Amino acid sequence: MAKKSVWSDNRFWQRSAAWITGFAAILLIWLTFDTIPQITMGNNADIENGVTKRVPGPTVINYKITYEMSKKRGHEIPIIGGKNKEGTSSFQEKEKFFGRDDWSQEEAAELLALGKLGSQAKNCMDCHTLLGNGAYYAPDLTKAWLDPAWGSEGSMQAMTGKSTKEEAMAEFLQHPSQYPTHARMMPNLGITAAEAKGLVAFLKHMSSIDTNGFPRNFGKIKGAVHGK
Amino acid sequence: MANNYLTSESKKLATWYFTFAAIIFGAQLLFGLVAAIQYVMPGFLFEIIDFSIARIIHINALVVWMVFAMMGSVYWLLPDETGIETVGIGLGKLLYWVFVAAIVVVVLVYLFIQVGPADQTTIWFITEGREYIEAPRWADIGIVIVVLGFIYNLYATGMKGNRSGIVTVLMADMLAFAGIYLAGMGYTDNISIDQYWWWWVIHLWVEATWEVFVGSIAAYGLITMIGAHRKVVEMWLWIEVAMLFGSGILGIGHHYFWIGTPEYWWEIGALFSALEPLPLVAMFIHVLYDWGKMQGEEDALGKERSVITNKPAFTWFVLNAFGNFLGAGIWGFFHTLPQVNLYTHGTQFTSAHGHLAFFGAYATILIGMFYIGVQGKNGIKIMHATKKSIWSTAMIVGGVMGMTVALTAAGYVQVLVSRAQMGATWAGYFDGQAGIWFAQGMDWRLIMGVITFLGFMVLIADLLSTGKAAHHKR
Repeated sequence: MAKKSVWSDNRFWQRSAAWITGFAAILLIWLTFDTIPQITMGNNADIENGVTKRVPGPTVINYKITYEMSKKRGHEIPIIGGKNKEGTSSFQEKEKFFGRDDWSQEEAAELLALGKLGSQAKNCMDCHTLLGNGAYYAPDLTKAWLDPAWGSEGSMQAMTGKSTKEEAMAEFLQHPSQYPTHARMMPNLGITAAEAKGLVAFLKHMSSIDTNGFPRNFGKIKGAVHGK
Repeated sequence: MANNYLTSESKKLATWYFTFAAIIFGAQLLFGLVAAIQYVMPGFLFEIIDFSIARIIHINALVVWMVFAMMGSVYWLLPDETGIETVGIGLGKLLYWVFVAAIVVVVLVYLFIQVGPADQTTIWFITEGREYIEAPRWADIGIVIVVLGFIYNLYATGMKGNRSGIVTVLMADMLAFAGIYLAGMGYTDNISIDQYWWWWVIHLWVEATWEVFVGSIAAYGLITMIGAHRKVVEMWLWIEVAMLFGSGILGIGHHYFWIGTPEYWWEIGALFSALEPLPLVAMFIHVLYDWGKMQGEEDALGKERSVITNKPAFTWFVLNAFGNFLGAGIWGFFHTLPQVNLYTHGTQFTSAHGHLAFFGAYATILIGMFYIGVQGKNGIKIMHATKKSIWSTAMIVGGVMGMTVALTAAGYVQVLVSRAQMGATWAGYFDGQAGIWFAQGMDWRLIMGVITFLGFMVLIADLLSTGKAAHHKR
């Protein structure tokens, strides 16, 4: 009599399922141990020592942030405080944020915490996307800080009548329905002046996160669509 | 519903779960319509029920009705599989009411309080503001307690009675399902770490543990509805578990392309998520194959008789096998490679996939379970389709497919204009939204959404009336 094939044996498949699942789970946990330290937030000492973190410390708000093509990596990366010879962040060029460029680690962290909490308390990601995740009813906010519309020549800054990007953003956040840009408007969410400041810090910090080149070509293309 | 043929307390409890699930299903569709109208008429309910609130309820209701229907399904099949009455049925009933009450409170807070100040009290009592799992922390803890009670019942019953392969898979799967929820309960200032753990809940639910759950229910359905051989079905279930977890667990990498996580997730996410459709194809083939095999055995006896004992439920099970493969498999694969996802991430493309995948993979089979519940409750041996069940199936399937196609078209506009041409800025976003094909896509989505909702109304009418129809064999 021929021996029964293992391929039609339920025990064999049950054990296979357990082994494969266990292996995949262990691999995920192992990768998690590698990833979490890499995305743990840096601090002011890192920035002062010129150490680039995937998620920089909160005092990044004291610096100028840009989003530039990296030849080495083949996509855009956040550049903090100007570029060095290797094409990465030099952490030199500062930029005033609400009139100051000397926010301490504690102050900046407090501001960022307020902003992150605010982003959750106001359900931001149920209209917008943050790091591309959320709803699709409003623009992605991953690099909103770098959006030309909020820059010194941008339409949004002009509309709010403020002279800096951060003040314009904070003004808009507090009274969004006073500044209708499109038929689809942002509702008033009861954001206070302090919360708005925190939210803008949160947005500026988010723009400094290394998102592997997402979104592509952000703010680089002007005109050319529909002949504009 | 005076005639209740159910003698099992577990099955009676299951019908409670199915009933509340169906009500919340209706709420899901209703608030989906509100959100769909807002895309077409942005002033609709502005600063009353804003898009964010409509969407929270739309998606939270989706998750909740499915969890309810899943728990109901387990209570339904436990007596059949284990051969004994479910242990701890009193606890099950108590937790049912606790869960229902908690959900009502959470929804009322979403609707009438909506947002809070930027502090921890909001996180604890109003909203956690994290897409899909916005429920405040008090509710998180409540959910954990309810689910622990449910797991206790499942384990106690499985260990006391006959522990079939299906029950064994469910025991392992439901424990993972509950445990993973804990990953989404914390708070951190670091949005990258936040989203890292948040995806553990979302992804490991819908692309791993929920899929295995569907495999178990499909196995149960094949045995009970067409008399498929348990040995074959359970062997296939173990193969499915291996394939689903083997691809799905590390497939989580496709959510880690752009959230700050290292580049190696590109390769891991691309490879494993590209494998994710395979078990779904396999499940589709398996369901059709078993059906053909059982019908063939019957035909060989020379009787002109269908092997299916519940036509509407089996229709939904077959739709599940196909819809899972199409919605989760094909529409998911469309945008799972990082080279494509760089442009499609966070567009209506995702939304198209979301609609067809949740419908195809989960709504279908759970509607099938509703019909199995109706059959059992009314003591029907062979349940036939009614005009209503045929119409509701056609309208719901047509409506969801229509929404998916419309959203896919809108997604293309968004990907090409907002992303590829305009580089994802505020202005680029609105240029894409203003595109005529985008606008038309949103019009069609609303029309198809209305058809889906009407189909749902017919479905409810059918579920409430078909038990009394005369043409079933009792």
